[in-house]
Amino acid sequence: MGKRVLMKGNEAMGEAAIRAGCEAYFGYPITPQSELTAYMSKKMIEEDRVFVQAESEVAAINMVYGAGAAGKRTMTSSSSPGVSLKQEGISYIAGARVPAVIINVQRGGPGLGNIAPAQGDYFQSTRGGGNGDYRLISLAPNSVQEMADFVMDAFELADKYRVPAIIVADGMLGQMMEPVEFRDPVDVNSLPQKDWALNGKEGREQNVVHSLSLGGTGLMEHNEKLKKVYDKIEENEVKYDEMETEDAEIVIVSYGSASRACIGAVRQLREENKKVGLIRPQTLWPYPYDIVSKRAESAKKILVVEMSLGQMIDDVKIAAEGKADIDFLGKAGGWVPTKREILDKVNELL
Amino acid sequence: MKCIFKKPESMTDNKTIYCPGCHHGIIHRLVAEVIDELDIADKAIGVAPVGCSVLAYDYIDVDFAEAAHGRAPAMATGIKLPQPDKVVFTYQGDGDLASIGAAEILHLANRGYNITTIFVNNAIYGMTGGQMAPTTLEGQKTATSPMGREIDIHGYPMRVSEILTKTPGAAYIARGAVYDPANVNKTKKMIKKAFKNQIEGKGFSMVEVLSTCPTNWGMSPLDAQEWLKDNMVPYYPLGVKKDIDEE
Repeated sequence: MGKRVLMKGNEAMGEAAIRAGCEAYFGYPITPQSELTAYMSKKMIEEDRVFVQAESEVAAINMVYGAGAAGKRTMTSSSSPGVSLKQEGISYIAGARVPAVIINVQRGGPGLGNIAPAQGDYFQSTRGGGNGDYRLISLAPNSVQEMADFVMDAFELADKYRVPAIIVADGMLGQMMEPVEFRDPVDVNSLPQKDWALNGKEGREQNVVHSLSLGGTGLMEHNEKLKKVYDKIEENEVKYDEMETEDAEIVIVSYGSASRACIGAVRQLREENKKVGLIRPQTLWPYPYDIVSKRAESAKKILVVEMSLGQMIDDVKIAAEGKADIDFLGKAGGWVPTKREILDKVNELL
Repeated sequence: MKCIFKKPESMTDNKTIYCPGCHHGIIHRLVAEVIDELDIADKAIGVAPVGCSVLAYDYIDVDFAEAAHGRAPAMATGIKLPQPDKVVFTYQGDGDLASIGAAEILHLANRGYNITTIFVNNAIYGMTGGQMAPTTLEGQKTATSPMGREIDIHGYPMRVSEILTKTPGAAYIARGAVYDPANVNKTKKMIKKAFKNQIEGKGFSMVEVLSTCPTNWGMSPLDAQEWLKDNMVPYYPLGVKKDIDEE
């Protein structure tokens, strides 16, 4: 660990990627993540690593596919409309089992929407997003510190499982400044060899990175293999944070920027001796179903707070299996719920 | 006994899936011969996107990536830049390169990265069953131009090689054909030059190769050869279009 520095979320994610050993970054400008691309344009060149401002988000993700296929740690970043454009490439990357990191600093949608923070891409991040049966490891930070930590985690997880990982951030997190302490840099030469990568076939048989599987049961078997990997991730990599949930009558479930207002609300409600707690998923896939299920048994009600019209609430319902009443507070179109709104909603439910 | 002709080392023993009379087999062989002659099989990495040649990795025995439709130049960029000592090439068709991948090839050429592109132009989409491509000739009948390509509706057949010569990053752009031995030899020289340029760090090099598609053109292999010579060559003239060594 180094010393604490004050840094913007977007730039902290860039710095974390460099420390994680990202050897090739491919970006394209889009608000509210552009500082990240700008940061990489300077730092990656200084570090003698690869930086390309691609001709489109489509090209950027396919460059990532190439660098990942070459066995290099690689990343792209964008915001919602740009991440939509990347979905074709992400699907190929997932199908070909190439490790890669994608950052989504979400903004309001649908369409061009606006440039304010939003959480409208939950389904896209946690259900694959492109064509076919696949998953992305979806990490949801709620502070600049977690943005830095989760980017480094994302590189590790992507390599460990050969599954692409996505950072599900939003415009507020990307734009705000907070103190952050970075982990020590990773020495890429110390990482395990990727014997499947495309580095030329000297001393071995030909390697092929592909997702096509025509005829027979090949694709079925490949998808079943993927499922086994996904099962392992669901078993091992669930991450969440809990606050005051043990005796809580009302459990709030919220992530990312929306969860920050919830933390303030829970603190105040506890001061008023009201039994309210918070579950904050840090991985959106794999989703922390078990803890939500457990709290659905002990709490009277669950309140889901999102910056969308209700997307994560589906996972909460899956977890709760009807064991608790589930209520919703959502703000779409680029608005962050305020502490006041959450307090009012909880008091209405109590 | 002296061996005077054999299969290139860089070709596998697999039987190709290509239709009778298709030129992919010849062009694959030329690429493999060049890889052998330049002794780069150990460091060559091919990128074949969606299209008939998507399975090129079954026939050319070097490391290979399969790219999304049109995206081979972007994927090749990602493969090449972090390991500049490798020899990276794309092998793309005309529906792929000239239509859906027009942006990617233009920007690769303009950046002038040391990557080689083999562009196989048969004036039609082969794999999907013979639809009109940007390269389909005026009046040419396809599954999606049943009355023949009309310029008013579909625009002009695109001469990609000539367009790419205008990008400063392009070191070498040439168009060949493989319908007779003389042209096979000329095209092989072009392909060799395009690979050598990459090894020597001269910039982006592309060889367009005119090819038949007898199945989708609705012709016998021999008629298709004649049709290519009589119709494609006049519109897509053969020869070196740009060579920075000659400037």
